[in-house]
Amino acid sequence: MNGALDVALRLVAVFLVFLVFPLVVGQTEHKVMAHMQGRLGPMYAGGFHGWAQLVADGVKFAQKEDVVPAQADRRVFQLAPAVALLPYLLVLLVIPIGPSEGAVGQALDAGVFFALAVMGVGVLGSLMAGWASANKFSLLGGLRTAAQLLAYELPMLLAAASVAMAAGTVSLPGILYAFHWWWLPWQLIGAVVFFVAGLAELQRPPFDMPVADSEIIFGAYTEYTGLRFALFLLAEYAGIVVLCGLTTVLFLGGWHGPWGADGLGWVWTLLKAAILAFVVIWLRVTYPRLREDQLQKLSWTLLVPLSLAQIALTGIVKVVIS
Amino acid sequence: MSPAPILAAAPHGFLSPTGVEIAFLLVGLVTFGAALITVTTRQLVHAALWLVVALGGLAVEYLLLTAEFIAWVQVLIYVGSVVVLLLFGLMLTRAPIGRSPDADSGNRWAALAVAVAAAVALVWVVADAFRTTWIDLTGPAAGTTHVTGASLFRYWVLPFEALSVLLLAALVGAIVLSRKARAGEDAGTGADDRDEAAGATPAPVPAQKDGAR
Repeated sequence: MNGALDVALRLVAVFLVFLVFPLVVGQTEHKVMAHMQGRLGPMYAGGFHGWAQLVADGVKFAQKEDVVPAQADRRVFQLAPAVALLPYLLVLLVIPIGPSEGAVGQALDAGVFFALAVMGVGVLGSLMAGWASANKFSLLGGLRTAAQLLAYELPMLLAAASVAMAAGTVSLPGILYAFHWWWLPWQLIGAVVFFVAGLAELQRPPFDMPVADSEIIFGAYTEYTGLRFALFLLAEYAGIVVLCGLTTVLFLGGWHGPWGADGLGWVWTLLKAAILAFVVIWLRVTYPRLREDQLQKLSWTLLVPLSLAQIALTGIVKVVIS
Repeated sequence: MSPAPILAAAPHGFLSPTGVEIAFLLVGLVTFGAALITVTTRQLVHAALWLVVALGGLAVEYLLLTAEFIAWVQVLIYVGSVVVLLLFGLMLTRAPIGRSPDADSGNRWAALAVAVAAAVALVWVVADAFRTTWIDLTGPAAGTTHVTGASLFRYWVLPFEALSVLLLAALVGAIVLSRKARAGEDAGTGADDRDEAAGATPAPVPAQKDGAR
């Protein structure tokens, strides 16, 4: 009974994180973008700084009619948002935020592989949405999504493999137990490649050609309204949380910090992830969108060679120090 | 898609199956059903999506047999990459919503015969080879990343390396094929010169490319 209760508590905790953190990132994005672009944005809802705008948006989405286009493939169209969102919930299960037993939903033996494999599945949701909408802009968005995933999955995997080589394990807590501060400069290239490739996989600006609103309306999500559309948006923000958490754990040392690591490890994890999330928002506001061919070129001619170089470097250093 | 995974499930305690064995059998049935729909549906993209279910079901079977690493690699490679590639190809060429009347083949009975023959051969070989070998599901996990890696690089290094050479050959082949289609684009290596000599009108292509950049 105790075991079942433990599992239930962990699931509830992860689910709460899944519900709360993406919304926090979304709210931060509203405010940070407004400040960076020197515009007010909605300031009235709720009084102080328009804090209730997100709630109002949620109510608005819930009230809208759920429209399925007449020519669409009904079942696939309706299933797509769930396929896009659920993988991120599953990945959150394995990201450790502290060194203790209770600070991770479920410590998996092959955590890195699990996280990357399940994150890749989320893209299927965009593909299903793009195809099932019976809309040529949606189909173009779906095509671009697929091309982008194929291009960026490889450097992301190679960068993660470099860390796994360095730690000698593919378990996420295991990698953190093996972490030393000098891994930061050692794995720096891999960290940048991983983060950039992750941004591309989430289709965040500057890699948002699949949803480029000035070219193809909103890509795969053009035909979606109401709650299903909100679920796609939530998937994007959940993706940011997952990507920042993974980058923190793999490359930035997770719960390790210059001081106070005992007992306060989770603060370090959250702080690092929050800074990364801020960088994600910052990039959105400051960089123009890449063109489709520039995107492919960046991946195949820059990120893949860089990640291979990182693996070579990791191997050499590993052999030298052992 | 062969129905092999189901038949491999025959438990040694056949009359008193454990929970894991029942789950294995049920997931196997789902996998088999999804595989059947994949090859029989007339809707091309639905076939690809049912393939996701079938491949995911296989991953669950691996998990139930404690082969965690293999299971996640299955999801990563097949569900995450191969199916995405398949959908990409479908969307690039032809992916109508609804039935494709020309998606049927006159060879369906021949295909069925080949599939059944392949399935029987596989099941026979596997069942014969592992007749008395049982995975101890209650003890320490027999398929962890550590165990898998150790056996792969200790006992199976040669097949592993041979496979990687095979993949490398396929990669080089793909590059050669895709370069031939646009022969004469950049006159660099000796192989290219030969291609150019065989191919027609190499001259205007570089000009176009320069213009595009």
